Amino acid sequence: MPDSTTSLVSDFAAAPISFGRKLKNGLATGAAIAAVLLVLLPLGAIFAYLIIKGAGSINWDFLTKTPKPPGEVGGGMANAIAGSAYMLLIASCMGVPVGIGAGIYLAEYGRNRFGNIIRFTADVLNGVPSIVMGIVAWNIVVAGHGFSALAGGVALAIMMIPIITRATEEMLLLVPNTVREAAYGLGVSRWRTTLSITLRTATSGVITGVMLAFARVAGETAPLLFTALGNTYWNWKINKPTAALSLQVFYYATSPYEDWIRQAWAGALILIVLIVFSISAVRIAASRGMLKGAN
Amino acid sequence: MGVGIQVEKLNAWFGKTHALQEINMTVAANHCTAVIGPSGCGKSTFVRCLNRMHETIPDARATGRVRIGDMDVYNGTSATHIRRRIGMVFQKPNPFPTMSIYDNVAAGLKLNGFHDRKRLDEIVQRSLTYSALWEEVKDTMHKKSGASLSGGQQQRLCIARALAVEPQVMLMDEPCSALDPISTGKIEELIFQLKEKFTIVIVTHNMQQASRVAEFTGFFLLGKLIEFDKTEKIFTNPSDKRTEDYITGRFG
Amino acid sequence: MANHAWGAPQLPGPQPVAKSEVAVKDRAQTEALFKGGGSEIADGIFRYAMLACGLCVLALVALIIYEVAVGSRLSWHAFHWKFFFQSDWDPVNDQYGALPFIYGTIVSSVLALIIAVPLAVGVSVFITEMAPRWLRGPLAFTTELLAAIPSVIYGLWAIFVLVPILRTYVQPLLARYLGWTTLFEGPPLGIGMLAAGVILAIMIIPIISAITREVMTAVPQQQREAVLALGATRWEMIRTGVLRNARAGIFGGIILGLGRALGETMAVTMVIGNNPQIKKSLFAAGYTMASVIANEFSEATGDLYLSALVEIGLALFVVTIIVNILAQFLVWTVTRGTPARGNA
Repeated sequence: MPDSTTSLVSDFAAAPISFGRKLKNGLATGAAIAAVLLVLLPLGAIFAYLIIKGAGSINWDFLTKTPKPPGEVGGGMANAIAGSAYMLLIASCMGVPVGIGAGIYLAEYGRNRFGNIIRFTADVLNGVPSIVMGIVAWNIVVAGHGFSALAGGVALAIMMIPIITRATEEMLLLVPNTVREAAYGLGVSRWRTTLSITLRTATSGVITGVMLAFARVAGETAPLLFTALGNTYWNWKINKPTAALSLQVFYYATSPYEDWIRQAWAGALILIVLIVFSISAVRIAASRGMLKGAN
Repeated sequence: MGVGIQVEKLNAWFGKTHALQEINMTVAANHCTAVIGPSGCGKSTFVRCLNRMHETIPDARATGRVRIGDMDVYNGTSATHIRRRIGMVFQKPNPFPTMSIYDNVAAGLKLNGFHDRKRLDEIVQRSLTYSALWEEVKDTMHKKSGASLSGGQQQRLCIARALAVEPQVMLMDEPCSALDPISTGKIEELIFQLKEKFTIVIVTHNMQQASRVAEFTGFFLLGKLIEFDKTEKIFTNPSDKRTEDYITGRFG
Repeated sequence: MANHAWGAPQLPGPQPVAKSEVAVKDRAQTEALFKGGGSEIADGIFRYAMLACGLCVLALVALIIYEVAVGSRLSWHAFHWKFFFQSDWDPVNDQYGALPFIYGTIVSSVLALIIAVPLAVGVSVFITEMAPRWLRGPLAFTTELLAAIPSVIYGLWAIFVLVPILRTYVQPLLARYLGWTTLFEGPPLGIGMLAAGVILAIMIIPIISAITREVMTAVPQQQREAVLALGATRWEMIRTGVLRNARAGIFGGIILGLGRALGETMAVTMVIGNNPQIKKSLFAAGYTMASVIANEFSEATGDLYLSALVEIGLALFVVTIIVNILAQFLVWTVTRGTPARGNA
């Protein structure tokens, strides 16, 4: 097997730029462009269809009413939108403090082997299929207390934690060490420095991480299928089944009713708008807020 | 008023590297003492050992005895407590980026639990006046952030911040090395005036600066204190040949 | 600025300094502001609190392992290893074999990879090496946007847009020209393994592309310049100067994409047909491990039924963990993992 240097020499230095080589170069460029177009195509198609099929159905009724019985026309997804928000809130109460805390630990105390283990585990946790989270939440909550918003919240919280942890760690590491030193030099204790100075400097970045976690988790359906289960009515009780936007879209889309399918598109459009909005807000905040904070 | 510093048998390590060896030194109260030497000689490490900043670096440690006034730095009191009574100004100005100028100066007090607004206003004004920054920022200090000032102003802000907590000793680690000559001049003037109320130890690689502001000078080389004497003597008639070689620019 | 006379006589010891009245009062007041030391206790508590949060991450993984392991016990005792090699899925008679789901998962994921890898690498090559500077940001953003679309929305679009297209145009074409491979037989229903593979491919392109871009950017500029300086065309430079060096990382990205495909639930469930059969043709319906759990878990009656489903979940968990660990290791070898600490 010729080593790289000799093959380079024989390929390039000896031969002039033959037509064959030029052709390959051109084909490669063409293939890459084709790939880009092929990838952009479904993206464009998805957004186009969502807007075409869904926009028309988003009206006041849709946003304020609850579902009608199958087969009947009308009704809305108000309870599903509220339910999603409700469960996100429950999930945040558990996931955000733990995630930020773990991120603080990794950045300030975890620059060592043990910290690497946690870091690695967080990345592994990120890759676990969300349906497995659902099984776990089912075991912990549903098995004893039935389908509930809490169960859905637990499943979502488990998914939020690794995302928030890694984002928080990255943002804290961006804060220059001189800032910490300035605080130590003033005789500020370590915990106070970490919270009031370091974390405060990285605030916009940490919020970014939390919003990214929201965006990721808001659209999740699989873990909610047998935890929150869904509900055709309003529900604010934490221990009862709750509707969610993603769940509702799934049930409607796989149903045989025309009107439900129409509403599924509308629900999907709302969902994607909320997600794209969070992500864009994150990017804008990142390009402005972070620079202000860490420099 | 400032207090004197007594250093006995100070040793410091970075992991296995023995960065400071058996340093013995007495720093005069209400005077400015300069610490000079070539890069890597341990002068920054020495100063950072005085307020126990050295140990914030992982794997770093120090042994020996340091007494600042009536405080025994290494025995008995927590590092945080020590650092509240010693002010430090760093090489690169490091105001807190998300805080206003006012909040920067008040930071040392606020973060330690002091919130009396009226007194804070007084202290902030006094500190900014000491560091010759008051006139320039008094109208905008609540709105502008600490990071929006020029380099020289930022460093004066850091000095004001350190002064606000009424330290007895001010440690300065090459405070002018990142600044332009005009800002440097202003800060040297400042040091001159501060000497009346504080004891100052300044690390500098600029020998002219040492001779301008300091009454006493210590020359460090490879982790050892080679010579410590009045600045005049060090620069005109040093006792040790190595000192003379450094002064005359033969190395470093 | 004249040098003042150095008043102090000789090297002084710690001096009793005469303090002025005002200075004493000032200092006393400021000193009174500071509560005594004692921050060590607070520091310790804080550190342990943060450590507890970090340990939560470890605890969560342990919890997941525990729950799926315990939940599978019944099924394991009933079927042992045969569970993974049997094909009958019969809740009525309490007979459970997971082979169809394993088959469905593997086939749909491999098909997705075959479609996605060339496209993802192509997009990455274009973005990092060929696109004009102003185009790079927007293109990267759009591929990230693809990653943000929830699975259920992919599924919705797949049912009503992708499947009809497959049914009307793609499948007849495939049957006509590639039918000899026996992979494209049977009625072109649209719904089935092919649809699942295609929608999965679209879903994993962003992650393969993101990793590929990351490792390609990590290749130092000197490598590219060295090849160009020898007179190579741009494609030759990309091939030997970048792709060859980033090989391990790209492979890692592909494995990561595989991991994502294996665990993907909603979109697949909506278009694969949910029929636990093992058929060679890609036109046939199938069933994946994630899909069967999604569809049947909430209505599973009987402990053995439930346990069988949890055991499938266990298998899915183990496989995705192994795949993800492998992928991360490969990526780490090229980019060296942890972000650097910002410094003065």
